[in-house]
Amino acid sequence: MKIVNILDEIEKVDPEIYDRLSPRRRAMQQFFRVGSKVAIAAVPFGLGSMFNKAYGQSVPAGVIAVLQYALTLEHFEYRFYATGSSAAGLVPAADKAAIDMIRDSELKHVNFLRTVISAAGATPVAEKPAYDFTAMGTFPTVLTSYSTFLAVAQVLEDTGVRAYKGRAGELKNQKVYLTAALGIHAVEARHAAKIRYMRRLSGQAPTIKPWITGGNDTGIAAANGNYGGATPESTVVQAGITITGINGLAISATAASEAFDEPLTTQEVLDLVRPFGVS
Amino acid sequence: MEILNRSKKEEDRTLLDDLTQKELSRRKFLRFSGLAGASALVIGSSTLTACNKDDGGTDGVNLGSGDIGILNYAYALEQLEAAFYIQVVATPYSGITPAETMFMTDIRDHEIAHREFFKNALGASAIRSLEVDFSSINFSSRDSVLGTARAFEDLGVSAYDGAGYLLQDVNYLLLAGKIVSVEARHAALIRELITPNSFLGDQVDANSVNISRTPPEVLAIASTYIKSRIIANQLPTG
Repeated sequence: MKIVNILDEIEKVDPEIYDRLSPRRRAMQQFFRVGSKVAIAAVPFGLGSMFNKAYGQSVPAGVIAVLQYALTLEHFEYRFYATGSSAAGLVPAADKAAIDMIRDSELKHVNFLRTVISAAGATPVAEKPAYDFTAMGTFPTVLTSYSTFLAVAQVLEDTGVRAYKGRAGELKNQKVYLTAALGIHAVEARHAAKIRYMRRLSGQAPTIKPWITGGNDTGIAAANGNYGGATPESTVVQAGITITGINGLAISATAASEAFDEPLTTQEVLDLVRPFGVS
Repeated sequence: MEILNRSKKEEDRTLLDDLTQKELSRRKFLRFSGLAGASALVIGSSTLTACNKDDGGTDGVNLGSGDIGILNYAYALEQLEAAFYIQVVATPYSGITPAETMFMTDIRDHEIAHREFFKNALGASAIRSLEVDFSSINFSSRDSVLGTARAFEDLGVSAYDGAGYLLQDVNYLLLAGKIVSVEARHAALIRELITPNSFLGDQVDANSVNISRTPPEVLAIASTYIKSRIIANQLPTG
């Protein structure tokens, strides 16, 4: 990728391009020349931001708000797994690799979003100094009982998927930002499926599936809200089209609910994670 | 529907016996298609048209433009996935476990739900049923079936993620979001069935963001399994 060459080309038609970019020019050139994959992946963001600034435009405030919201949740998710992974005697050896894989995935989301938000000219929201993983006593054994830990992990992942989905519309037509958000959204769904499958295989929830069946299928009543909301996970009508028995086919209400994940509104998510000290 | 009528009970038994054989020849594939059609009838489907000659003409299938084009693009992929899982459930691979049968049946129903949703949402703008080509898949082999399932699910996730920004109507964008996370759940499960802890695998970049693909990239991969010629030159490109 010859980003610096692009700048040189622009200089031919706009001799002041480097002045416009200054004083960030040196930083940007170093940024583009860094060999790390993180920097390379962030180039589209950095480049867009640079030109936005240079030519008097800025990333819309609404886009920044969605990114900050995502970072707020990713901070929490990362710390949840990091804390669980290092809690003595919590995660069995056989599951350690998977939990650490998800932990590392969340950390990459945190760092990525921080980079993106900074490149867009805003200050990334900081991680909270502390979280309450018991959600004010709702899950008192979350860091001592592995089955509770995995159950909460499932709730958090499913909620994360719903949270991203709920704000996709605010990124409409934003090729770079929407595509990145959808890409994280899909990874959260992969995490959710993995955690659910781990619960199934371990016998902690022997009938649970990688997809959300009906509404709250966690076996934990306290999580009802995470699967409810204005558009509950049990929804079987999409855009006015009833999926159950669609076109005379034997599609059950169960399958109809599983086939579509549902969004949560921003306020719903903030209310749900408030007991954890996130919002 | 002629296919379905031809699929008699005794013929089904013969077909199921054939499953013990390793190679799925072209001839058998065509017969399997009849069987799959019969099974599909049980759940009411009639859109697996592997032998439907009036669909494989030279004029091609035009996805159209704008949001309609993107929805038809999704409809095409869902048709492919649904046809695949209908076949998988109808002719289970050797050694399939009860849990795997349940998962495959669930996924089949999800993909049929997606397919029919798009068909109804598109109404008169919907493309016709596509002619699929699964001759490269050995449906009696777990490795072949799960490997193909993984490819289809990962492809679907990257397709939805890569086309989201092309949608102009936020309602369609939300619907794509509702479906893509379910495809990602499928992908993760299939990957776990193949290799534990491969739920992310090579489908994420260095930032653990799922890869995305443009419609031309996706269609180039999917074309191996679709006999109908797909015309996508009016799709939005952003």
